[in-house]
Amino acid sequence: MKITEDQVAHVAHLARLNIDEKEREVFTKQLDDILLYIDMLNSVDTTDVAPMTHAMEGTETFREDVVRSSLPVDAALANAPDDDGASFKVPKVIE
Amino acid sequence: MEPYYLTVHELEGLLRAGETTSLSITEAMFRRIDDVEERIHSYITLMKETALEAASASDQRRREGAARGPLDGIPVAVKDLICTMGAPTTCGSRFLERFVPPYDATTVEKLRDAGAVILGKTNMDEFAMGSSTETSYFGVTRNPWDLERVPGGSSGGSASAVAAGECIASLGSDTGGSIRQPAAFCGVVGLKPTYGRVSRYGLVAFASSLDQIGPLARDVEDCAILLTVIAGHDKRDSTSLSAPVPDYRDFVGRSIAGWTVGIPREYFIEGIDPAVAAAVNRAVAAMKDLGAECREISLPHTRYGIAAYYVIAPAEASSNLARYDGIRYGFRSPGERELLDLYRNTRAGGFGPEVKRRIMIGTYSLSSGYYEAYYKKASQVRTLMKQDFDEAFAACDVILAPATPTPPFRLGEKTDDPLQMYLSDVFAAPANLAGIPGLSLPCGFTVNGLPLGVQLLAGHFEEGKLIQAAAALEKALSAEQRRPAL
Repeated sequence: MKITEDQVAHVAHLARLNIDEKEREVFTKQLDDILLYIDMLNSVDTTDVAPMTHAMEGTETFREDVVRSSLPVDAALANAPDDDGASFKVPKVIE
Repeated sequence: MEPYYLTVHELEGLLRAGETTSLSITEAMFRRIDDVEERIHSYITLMKETALEAASASDQRRREGAARGPLDGIPVAVKDLICTMGAPTTCGSRFLERFVPPYDATTVEKLRDAGAVILGKTNMDEFAMGSSTETSYFGVTRNPWDLERVPGGSSGGSASAVAAGECIASLGSDTGGSIRQPAAFCGVVGLKPTYGRVSRYGLVAFASSLDQIGPLARDVEDCAILLTVIAGHDKRDSTSLSAPVPDYRDFVGRSIAGWTVGIPREYFIEGIDPAVAAAVNRAVAAMKDLGAECREISLPHTRYGIAAYYVIAPAEASSNLARYDGIRYGFRSPGERELLDLYRNTRAGGFGPEVKRRIMIGTYSLSSGYYEAYYKKASQVRTLMKQDFDEAFAACDVILAPATPTPPFRLGEKTDDPLQMYLSDVFAAPANLAGIPGLSLPCGFTVNGLPLGVQLLAGHFEEGKLIQAAAALEKALSAEQRRPAL
């Protein structure tokens, strides 16, 4: 086994995903299959091979830090699940 | 004559000659959609009102002698993860069921500026995660050639809409084969550009180092027309590159005599369907007749492509999809009193199983203690895969290979076995990892009438070569004008 049900529960917590017992069981099996498959990468000799961090070289670009207008409040709130007309509303965070 | 199976360039000619109008073409498209959409389900959202307005505006421009180019007045469809201002952009997810973007993606802006008429938003696997369009929250799309089979994915709706005459051409996105595989399954042409060739601004992110928007169309020339419109640097996407954009249409009709075509031996693996192998062999023979030299080459790390892809893509996805927290937009689990519960239940309720699975793989491989073993290792293998292609293109103009290992599979055939589903992109994912452009071209049918595709690959920014080779091959194969029986 590459991954246990406990590890799956821990990963789900890290990913902020509430999963039930049935999902935990199914995901453990499926993730195990996938991780076993991915293990084939270990048979590749990557000594002194630099990891590829950019899909294309030369894509690191810079621009001037210029202040410009952003979305108006009503447009920014238009898709909000809950708002008070000026801000997003969330459950109480601080006691 | 009904216009819905014509090409962009054919319609362009009719419009320019004054033999039809954009409004009459657009109305005909919606009649066609009314006829077949119930059986195919290519679309999540239809934009009839704005489409008819855009068509009338196009006709007005043409009457005034101010037509904008080959796409002016042409009805197109857009994959539903490319933002359209004022029209829902759902990504095939419950999470974004009611999300209406406050801006247009750069590619959509470019389509509108070119005068294209956007008919609607096409169905897709949820957040582009899938190879069959079966993970869409809004139901499956069916393959127009066989309604019991998948159209491929994740741009399944963009491919089926072209194949079924529900649009003239479309935009899709390709992270690990999501344009080329459905194009092959639906018998249309699909092009994934070089990473950085087309702006990703307004493309909802799945795996940022792999995602690229590209066209699906009835022929190579139409793909060239669309690519010319959407390509180019965009200051809103710092990964878009400023290489000049030629008129890609100029590459159509040029000879490829004397070219070297690489045939990678690693793409003819055990498990490849004999019909697919036969189709590729037909294409090889046609290339030789065109005066190209076909030479066996080796891309030794091909077999590691899916493994590297299923580390890198989910890792990037787990990070990109962290934004779906139920606070600023999208779905929110109702009645939550604690913030942590709100996050956990919102994400549990808003995402489908495939998206959850990928978030979990990605979170696991990036979690403490596993980074070196997975993400770093996969990124090193990615370097080796890119080097394979660099070496190949030092000796070849283009590479010719199968697009998919099999013809379209049956609905439900792979839904319970994620790994088998992933392996259907084994020939497509390497191009994304290396950042190179690829094109899938129809190449005949199985005895049961299912479409087959071949794939052409070229070096970075060599879309011109890709189009030149594909257009020549398309003509040489003189693909019979078969249409799905709908």
